[in-house]
Amino acid sequence: MEKFDRLTARACPLPQPNINTDAILPARFLKWPREKGLGSVLFQDLRVGADGKEDPAFPLNQPMWHGAKVLVAGRNFGGGSSREAAVYAVYDYGFRCVIAPSFGDIFAQNAVKNGLLTAAVSDADASEIAAAVTADPARDVTVDLAQQTISCGNRVYGFAIDPVSKNQLLNGWDDVDLTESYRQQIEDYRKVDLQARPWAPIGRR
Amino acid sequence: MMMHAMRQSPSTLFDKLWSTHEITRREDGAALLFVDRHFVHEGSFHGFSQMKGRGRKVAEPSLTFGVADHYVPTHDRDKPIANPEIAEMVRKLEQNTADNGVTLFGLRDPRQGIVHVVGPEQGLTLPGLLIVCGDSHTSTHGAFGTYAFGIGASEVAHVLMTQTLWQKKPKRMRITVDGRTTAGIAAKDIALSIIAGIHADGAQGHAIEYAGSAIRALSMEGRLTLCNLSIEAGGRCGMVAPDATTFAYLKGRPYAPQGALFERAVEDWSRLCSDTDAEFDREVTLDAAAIVPVVTWGTTPDDALPIDGLVPDPSREADEARASYIRDALDYMAIRPGMRLTDIAIDRVFIGSCTNARIEDLRAAAAVLAGRTSKVPGLVSPGSSLVKQQAEQEGLDRIFTDAGLEWAESGCSMCVGINGDLVPEGERCASTTNRNFKGRQGRGARTHLMSPAMVAAAAVSGHLADVRPLLAGRKV
Repeated sequence: MEKFDRLTARACPLPQPNINTDAILPARFLKWPREKGLGSVLFQDLRVGADGKEDPAFPLNQPMWHGAKVLVAGRNFGGGSSREAAVYAVYDYGFRCVIAPSFGDIFAQNAVKNGLLTAAVSDADASEIAAAVTADPARDVTVDLAQQTISCGNRVYGFAIDPVSKNQLLNGWDDVDLTESYRQQIEDYRKVDLQARPWAPIGRR
Repeated sequence: MMMHAMRQSPSTLFDKLWSTHEITRREDGAALLFVDRHFVHEGSFHGFSQMKGRGRKVAEPSLTFGVADHYVPTHDRDKPIANPEIAEMVRKLEQNTADNGVTLFGLRDPRQGIVHVVGPEQGLTLPGLLIVCGDSHTSTHGAFGTYAFGIGASEVAHVLMTQTLWQKKPKRMRITVDGRTTAGIAAKDIALSIIAGIHADGAQGHAIEYAGSAIRALSMEGRLTLCNLSIEAGGRCGMVAPDATTFAYLKGRPYAPQGALFERAVEDWSRLCSDTDAEFDREVTLDAAAIVPVVTWGTTPDDALPIDGLVPDPSREADEARASYIRDALDYMAIRPGMRLTDIAIDRVFIGSCTNARIEDLRAAAAVLAGRTSKVPGLVSPGSSLVKQQAEQEGLDRIFTDAGLEWAESGCSMCVGINGDLVPEGERCASTTNRNFKGRQGRGARTHLMSPAMVAAAAVSGHLADVRPLLAGRKV
């Protein structure tokens, strides 16, 4: 997994609340293998109308936000399903950080596993950052994970992230390797647990 | 040096489940938890790919179960799957489970069904277990006093390889519903009323425990519906402390412990409840007697209102962001501000999904439909093939088909639409499912969520309708 420490990049505003995982990646694309890349269908039904034409008003369709690596979203971004492919779509498109007042729990957990930072700010700060980058799209923002700050123009905003996710992003930890180092503890746990919960393993069919 | 015996501090049901599964805890607070059951489905292929990419196999095949549900056809099961992409999804699950010695409730298995219906039905879901699945509605299994939650593909891969998972401990929320619900009120009405009250992100970061006399009075089917919808309030998981209802449901289930081991289990399970003085990070209470049948009008599940209500008017909304959301939702749903919810005409109905397709749900819908005709087409997809069989034994299938609805095979079907069962663009569907998101049941599809009885009421009325008058003189 790619580490995340500091990022300076263009930020695209998408301030609607409740952009759920179906909006991020409609279910019909869930069959796509990861190798295919899911960036091309990110927000597909928001970006492209039923007539197959791109909606020129949708921020991602506007040339000034091409190449943005930060997304500034509304409350409850990524609520809904557990589809990790929603994170793949955001990441494959090129985003490395989503700023929003709150995130769906599973989305946020999936994001960390893929090196995508979910930075939680207050409603007011999210609106202010969205307004600033809307007013001046060429303005870069700087996201510093160690400091937990977002610099935008002459303003610096703090953001929240739980220490577990922060650690993982900063270190680019591989969960599986880490877990393997606890193999003995897992074995010990299972011995004790079998005594405590003899009914927990699978019974007869 | 032992000063004096410390009284163990009172703990919640969730605390007990958490500590039972904790193998170790890191300094940053993340704990490594043991996973008792792992369910995989067609959509789990990303997790299997990650595992294979590391040259690994499933660590604990006996604790891993495959269920074909998300992509399976609900028609013509005797023929090969017509759509090659869908056929490939089902085939991949068969291959991945076979390669790893994992039991599969596959397309043609008589026990096949929706994973969150099959787990409880087979006795794989037990109180005190930790269950994960790459599906957000895994919260369903919490109905048994189980710590159950949805995970993404990377976590699926981790569980496949290690049978463990790193987690940070959620906060604890208790939702207490006391009193008696009135006639015609289902678990779905309780759940949607809760979600409308606390909002779609109201339980984010929390493990929910449902408590109170109205919850105790629910059957296992009702508790499963309630816990299923925890994720629609943003909750990490939802749970109900196990009791006599739980134990009676589990006794004799194929994979449940048997004989003396079952008795021992019941003894242990009886202790799975929150201590009297246990503290929660957040408490919410609801009066059961005040709950009425509800329907959703908008594009998130918290857009739920009593059926006798009016569609919200954005011009009466003080908060501009909220007004803008309402305008957008009404535009998508093609309904007018201030119109009566009962004036919303529907094009079709769907009865199905992990939320509301258990035998009790089918009985509730059939009780309304019996001797009546649906004014719109509709699809009924039972929660599992065994539920289908039981419903047919009870003659429910005839009630649905006599009313003009289609009786299909079991799967996720029109709830997520990826097996090809879609609501056509622009059509409006009264649905027993869990998400009314834009495009959820198909591109441009308009979804109104409600209980199975309310869907049946909408079917016979041709518009959203209060089920209560339709129940007069009927045995329900």
